Amino acid sequence: MSEEAKFRWIGTRVVRPDGVDKVTGRATYGADFALPDMLWGRVLRSPHAHARILSVDTSRALAHDGVEAVITSQDLPDIPSEEAFVGEQPTNFRELSHNVMARGKVLYHGHALAAVAATTPEIAASALDLIEVDYEVLPHVLDMPAAMAASAPSLHRDLEPAGFAAGATVPPNVSRRIELGHGEPDQGFAAADVVVEREFTTKPVHQGYIEPHACLVQANPDDDITIWSSSQGHFMVRAYTAKLLGIELSKVRAIPAEIGGGFGGKTTVYLEPLAAQLSRISGRPVKMVMSREEVFRATGPALGTRIRVKMGCKQDGRLTGAEAVLHYEAGAFPGSPVQAGAMTMFAPYELEHVRVTGYDVLVNKPKTAAYRAPGAPMGAFAVETVIDELAEKLEIDPIELRLRNAARKGTQAPFGPRYREIGCVETLEALRSHPHYTAPLGPNQGRGVALGFWFNAGMQSSAGLNVNEDGSVSVISGNPDIGGSRASLALMAAEEMGIDYEKVGAWIADTASIGFSDITGGSRVTFATGMAVVEAARDVKRQLCERAAAIWEVEPERVKWVEGEARLEGEPDREPLGLVDLAQRAARTGGPISGRASLTARGVGMAFGAHICDVEVDPETGRVEVIRYTAVQDAGRAIHPSYVEGQMQGGAAQGIGWALNEEYVYDEDGKMCNPSFLDYRMPVASDLPMIDTVIVEVPNPRHPYGVRGVGEVPIVPPIPAVVNAVHAATGVRYFDLPLSPPRVLAGIEAAADRGA
Amino acid sequence: MKRHVVATIDGEHAEFLCDDGQTLLDVLRDVLHRTGTKEGCGTGDCGACSVIVDGRLVCSCLMLAAEVEGREVETAISISNGDTLHPLQRRFLEDAALQCGVCTPGFLVAAKALLDRNLDPSESEVRFWLAGNLCRCTGYDKIVRSVLETAAELRGGTG
Amino acid sequence: MQYWSPGSIEEAVGLLSETGATTRALAGGTDLLAQIRIGGQAPERVIDLKRIPELGRIDVDAQGFRIGAAVCSAEIGEHEELRAAWPGVVEAAELIGSTQIQGRASLGGNLCNASPAADSVPALIAAGATCTLAGPDGRREVRVEDVVLGPGQTSLALGEIVVDFRLPRPQYRTGDAYLRLIPRSEMDIAVVGAGVCLSLDRDGHCTACRVALGAVAPRPILVAGAGEALVGHAVEGDALAALSAAASAATDPIDDMRGTRDYRIRVAGVMARRAAVIAAERAASRV
Repeated sequence: MSEEAKFRWIGTRVVRPDGVDKVTGRATYGADFALPDMLWGRVLRSPHAHARILSVDTSRALAHDGVEAVITSQDLPDIPSEEAFVGEQPTNFRELSHNVMARGKVLYHGHALAAVAATTPEIAASALDLIEVDYEVLPHVLDMPAAMAASAPSLHRDLEPAGFAAGATVPPNVSRRIELGHGEPDQGFAAADVVVEREFTTKPVHQGYIEPHACLVQANPDDDITIWSSSQGHFMVRAYTAKLLGIELSKVRAIPAEIGGGFGGKTTVYLEPLAAQLSRISGRPVKMVMSREEVFRATGPALGTRIRVKMGCKQDGRLTGAEAVLHYEAGAFPGSPVQAGAMTMFAPYELEHVRVTGYDVLVNKPKTAAYRAPGAPMGAFAVETVIDELAEKLEIDPIELRLRNAARKGTQAPFGPRYREIGCVETLEALRSHPHYTAPLGPNQGRGVALGFWFNAGMQSSAGLNVNEDGSVSVISGNPDIGGSRASLALMAAEEMGIDYEKVGAWIADTASIGFSDITGGSRVTFATGMAVVEAARDVKRQLCERAAAIWEVEPERVKWVEGEARLEGEPDREPLGLVDLAQRAARTGGPISGRASLTARGVGMAFGAHICDVEVDPETGRVEVIRYTAVQDAGRAIHPSYVEGQMQGGAAQGIGWALNEEYVYDEDGKMCNPSFLDYRMPVASDLPMIDTVIVEVPNPRHPYGVRGVGEVPIVPPIPAVVNAVHAATGVRYFDLPLSPPRVLAGIEAAADRGA
Repeated sequence: MKRHVVATIDGEHAEFLCDDGQTLLDVLRDVLHRTGTKEGCGTGDCGACSVIVDGRLVCSCLMLAAEVEGREVETAISISNGDTLHPLQRRFLEDAALQCGVCTPGFLVAAKALLDRNLDPSESEVRFWLAGNLCRCTGYDKIVRSVLETAAELRGGTG
Repeated sequence: MQYWSPGSIEEAVGLLSETGATTRALAGGTDLLAQIRIGGQAPERVIDLKRIPELGRIDVDAQGFRIGAAVCSAEIGEHEELRAAWPGVVEAAELIGSTQIQGRASLGGNLCNASPAADSVPALIAAGATCTLAGPDGRREVRVEDVVLGPGQTSLALGEIVVDFRLPRPQYRTGDAYLRLIPRSEMDIAVVGAGVCLSLDRDGHCTACRVALGAVAPRPILVAGAGEALVGHAVEGDALAALSAAASAATDPIDDMRGTRDYRIRVAGVMARRAAVIAAERAASRV
């Protein structure tokens, strides 16, 4: 029996349940809510990269006609330090509170330090000008070497660096040191025929979601708070808002809006606690919407990095050892994904000797946030570029070199455990056999390949499945649908229940209507929440069999749920009972039929992706054009192949943008120079070719349908794929991102000068 | 004092009051509650607020509401004919040409403006026509394919 | 902010001549409204020029073309006769922003915004365009290269507006072209822009050539030396190299987030040379 024949719905390309809402403009996103008597909130932001707040006088703003409330950090509780791990990056609630509203010091240009609620957005904006702030400007640090210099100003006086040996000298502004690996890399290098050591830098980049952060909050006099907002997890919004206001979670209801993109950037809060406090003070609902400029200046970009990588290889293409030192910019508060970067960078390879040391470094820039496979693309850039150089030096095909060292079942990962079933080899083989890999190239064109890894996350999920009175089924979950997850959950429900997809509705419930669910992140919703949906469906099927048994007056064990109906075992002539029959008789057989599941998803399927990129480089201007692109990825099993492809294409496009043009540009004063979509250059439609996809399916045996997460892996290979392609086209190796035209041309000219 | 403006919006006679400084986008969203037109940047760089004014595709964030006096405005709402989806909308759904969906109304307005002029665009023409519409989710592949397939369908080809 | 939409040039000039309130003329609004949004400008009054009929039309007669200052770029692109005569000017106008921006942006606005990087301006300068200004003291005709003085600064007097742009019918074997370098393929501000207009004799030797550059100096510049380097020569080899070198030498660019000074100097010559080749092909194809 072929794989395809096994399933009726899994793997089909159905129309998503929320599709019509979204193509007709009816879907309501964060900024689309309004309430009668609503106020508009705006945030006052720091004009300095680092300064002590000596005083804030809000009296003139408060006296302004139409202003109903003004808050500073004095209006929020000074909460204690408390670590939380919600989402993909660690969070400390005290630091989160200070990021949402500066207390004592502002730590970056754009840092919030007061907020206003007024009857119109215009009045709120003009009231900001009436807030008088006295600053004592402090020296600031914008890059990691400066931040770690002995004389550097400290961002946080009370920083307690972790991971250092007692008595070790800790440079300023380093919050954490991590180390992992196994073996002795020096032994590996000694055994190598070729050793390549390089240093790489990447700039901060933004997730670039099209929908700015937005929320509407209504606080009642009894302190019940209702939040409508766009986020990657309304349970996260509830927890963070309640924690920052010092109230119980049961007082807060967070209602998820549709989310207009997040990519990790909406796994934290910026506005909700402020809007809630403004609403509590004013007694009126408060709506807050960020401008695009605020999104760039004050919400978490992904970090900048400095990475040194050393790898050794034998003449036969066996890697002998690998070592890396990572410096990851956390921004103004600790918490870069340096751990994830360290864990992922060498993960695709079988290495006897591997060691990674990492540092989390504070600088006067916005607190970084998760961005799609947080920390991994930069590590992959470094490692995959070095691998490409090794392949060149050893005259081995770059895919072949990777295959000779590819991680397999049983390989010990650099982060400790041995892999179970993984599809690294299958992914590379699919890449090698793709016609793209051997297609001819023209003048000034080059081809690059790269491999990438991401863990994917499990975490906690809840789901409910209700059999409605007419026999249709509603699937309810607690994860915002960021890119089609309603469709994948509905498909799994239809498959499990043996009913038509059209009979299944998929809904996302607020925090008061479904059990706790971790964020939509870590590529986990189809995997983990899907697992909860399957469990809830199995719960329902068990109940349906019991109801049928009661009707038939037989033992429940004799009833089986087959192809969407209850059948009595051993009595093929017995008319089966379908969902409609059982739903209609539910009142008389025990009441409503509903299943539920709340779980911590185990058995996450780690995943690999490999990409081929062709570029053409204009040798006179350094402009790089991506002319062909292919992405291959192990999805475990593609529940809805179109949305799996969409993740692969979208991740590739983001990675291409990161490689070529995206970067935060700062002036000397620590002010971002390019806070607009005009000057922060994300790829537009005419920048890209079609992005071919090949879905490899090595099922994850620990998921009922074999699912591996797919959302994050595809942003890991693109940077090195592009950079290796530019090398192939120009003969120049580039170690610093982005490969903007001036940098590429400078490299070409320097190479020509050397050659001349 | 508020300004009184009379225009045709999505085929209907519309009157509204606005401040002179308000953009067409502000009025569509906050005065007329037509939130299907999205704001991604407010400075004309993302196309999420695309509308058609007197037959021209524009960003509604870069037009004052006062400027539409006597003019005809078509938003994303105009694309479908009542409950019947436009072929572009249907293709977007069938081809999964949206993920988060927030850029989708703007893309549909822009794509419709293209197909109203040219039912046989090349891939390159589609890409350059849509270059003012940012999408961060899809990498544009399925969007461009949907527009090309819709054009073929509307030409009467096999699509 | 107050919005005015006068129906005549006289009325517009009257409104713009009043002092006491910060006033800005509004054409397509694609720069002005974006600047207002980000707080870069906060005029108390904007005067919308798009309801003035004379500013919203393209007229053609035996002498040539008259392009209203507020005609949007999309309409310029749709004008077949203009496109055939001055493809470089039209392609420059069509490079101003996205399709959406094209539906609003105008030559008048692109000029008066006075950005050193404005796309249409080098093309208009190369083509030898003039523009008609109307003000409290009547009308005057000026060369396009004399309008922009520096970033955000023009030679327009208080109350003056640009009414239209004038282009002759192209002379015998004349062609123009505009090229720019941007990191993306669209939706960018020129890092370097180059407009070239040249004429050829029967043998393919250049008889006249104007080269104008954008984004490489405080204002768009006409580089006489670059044009002269080509005159008398076939458009190839050393003559093109001389044009390229002269173009680079004439620049005085800044370092900014869009490009470095060295990069702009270098690429100015490349863009000028490539635009000259295209202009020459167009000229040669004309009888």
